[in-house]
Amino acid sequence: MTQLETTLPKLDKEGISLSSVSLWQITWRRLFRRKSAVVGMIILGILVFIALTVQWIAPYDPIQVLLGKEPVKARQDPCIHILGCPTTEPQHIMGVDGNVRDEFSRLLYGTRWSLIIGFTTVTFAIIIGTILGALAGYFGGWVDNLIMRVMDVLLAFPSLLLAIAIVTVLGPGLQNALLAIGIVSIPAYARVVRASVLSVREMEYVSATRALGGDTMQILFRRILPNALTPLIVQGTLGIATAILDAAALSFLGLGAQPPTPEWGSMLGAERNQVFTAPHLVFFPGIAIALTVLSFNLLGDGLRDALDPRLAHVS
Amino acid sequence: MLQYIVRRVLLSIPVLLGILLVTFSIARLIPGDPCRAILGEKATQAVCDRFIHDKGLDKPIYTQFGIYVGEILRGDFGQSVRYSMPVTRMLAERLPMTVELSIAALLISMIVGIPLGIISAVKHNSWVDVITMVWANTGVSMPVFWLGLMLAYVFSILLKDTPFWLPPSGRVSPGIPNDPFYEVWGIAAPEAGFGMFMHFLGRLNILNSILTANWELLKDSLVHLVLPSFALSTIPMALIARMSRSSMLEVLGQDYIRTARAKGLTSRKVILKHAFRNSLLPIVTVIGLSLGGLLGGAVLTETVFGLSGVGRALYDAITARDYGIVQAFTVVIAVFFVLLNLLVDISYAYLDPRIRLE
Repeated sequence: MTQLETTLPKLDKEGISLSSVSLWQITWRRLFRRKSAVVGMIILGILVFIALTVQWIAPYDPIQVLLGKEPVKARQDPCIHILGCPTTEPQHIMGVDGNVRDEFSRLLYGTRWSLIIGFTTVTFAIIIGTILGALAGYFGGWVDNLIMRVMDVLLAFPSLLLAIAIVTVLGPGLQNALLAIGIVSIPAYARVVRASVLSVREMEYVSATRALGGDTMQILFRRILPNALTPLIVQGTLGIATAILDAAALSFLGLGAQPPTPEWGSMLGAERNQVFTAPHLVFFPGIAIALTVLSFNLLGDGLRDALDPRLAHVS
Repeated sequence: MLQYIVRRVLLSIPVLLGILLVTFSIARLIPGDPCRAILGEKATQAVCDRFIHDKGLDKPIYTQFGIYVGEILRGDFGQSVRYSMPVTRMLAERLPMTVELSIAALLISMIVGIPLGIISAVKHNSWVDVITMVWANTGVSMPVFWLGLMLAYVFSILLKDTPFWLPPSGRVSPGIPNDPFYEVWGIAAPEAGFGMFMHFLGRLNILNSILTANWELLKDSLVHLVLPSFALSTIPMALIARMSRSSMLEVLGQDYIRTARAKGLTSRKVILKHAFRNSLLPIVTVIGLSLGGLLGGAVLTETVFGLSGVGRALYDAITARDYGIVQAFTVVIAVFFVLLNLLVDISYAYLDPRIRLE
């Protein structure tokens, strides 16, 4: 895999930057022309900023219990000074959770978890999916049949359900939940890569490389796989959205991140029975999940439109 | 057509076998002693030895798989330790809730999603279009468990004492008679085999209330179904609206639409007869794809609304480590999913005759 990563930019320089405008510049321009994609990028930018700087901007330690340190009680309503909350009381923008911790700080730290969850599961699924899809598409025959039938079976399960079943075997916990979601999302990437490989396998430039004595690895990684890059980027961006949503669902059910980890799904799950008495503890984590997922969905849709060759005449 | 259906049915057999293999492996991979996992921690060695022999767990692994497939084909899903009853019976009791919930959610998402998609395609770039698309993007991004909790809060706490109040949990209000139709009709209570199916039908509250003319139950069941089915329908609804829009937009740009307009057909006729019919295929595809999300979402929705369906049973079984149920219910839901997809494939062939010949 390292070979893939190291050779791709090089190919980019050799092949595309010779012309005055590169594919990525065109894509970039098209992306900025779409309002929804720009909104997605802005939200995502803010989230990344929060995730990187959270230790300086969060007012409290996310797992510190404030009982005895401050005059607050469990599930206290939000107290915001500029909105009329007396300044004698400590400020808690989103209130205090069931274990007397600052909800706002936990929410900010949750950004970090959410992005880590999204990127690790999708990276895992892309790596495995690319290997399987490339093998299936390039070698064909029984290899293709075996790999793709296994993928069909994985796709035959509703994804969240299969993830639940896998976590049941592995045992609850964030790591296992991530592994489960990663496994469940492999088929999508394997299919994308296989389709790209099949579409270029018989092309003349591939035959030319073969005739020039290029070995299988070189053909696969340098000549064939770069074609799968654009659909993979689109699928991966949208996949991060699904992964974050599924991981939150698993944590909500108690199968993913365990307390006191400030993970949004588990924060929501811990307080779900208090929704009628302390709705803010359910409301804010849900909004945070929805915003994060929305940003990846908007960006993914924008990328798909920008990278779609059928829309090439637009720019 | 028949040939196509037969071929599709045959093609789904390996997938079904694969599903059984996966669930079988999941059950065998669970760490620890299978006997104590199924019978409970307190089982004695003698009981365990007999259990292992009876279940064929001392036989080679492929023989065990054969036994397992045979049992499933005969409709025998084993016993639940926690509820000490056959899993088949539990299914007959729990499945109706999930079926009602999923059908209601699917109907809502289609009835709202398809017209919204068509209108935003016809009125491309209008405010209807913009609002629909913003809403559709938000809809696919909301966690269903959060939406469910928020709906419950708004409709049963904030709107309390208004005509819009809706119950936050449960399937029917206590005290409402809910006799299954076979008892009302004076048919003996069935016990096994086909009787399980009668039992299943009798627990489908909406069907049962109509069969027994129990209008109070019908109204109560529908009122209880509103919030969970609406929460569950959001994601498929958003996907369907988006797909209907883009599919309609593509079809509306075709030459034959211009021809239809040019020969003087009314807009209504062009849109509904010429354009909609031709844009149906991708819409059916996305409906098929959202079924999986619907079944997965049912686990979350049932947990949030305290409904005793298959999803809730699965969740309880996982926390109680009742592996028999986990395995059986996963198989049932996955098989259900495969059958639904089969239905979607067959409807493709109906909608587009070219597919039959591929």
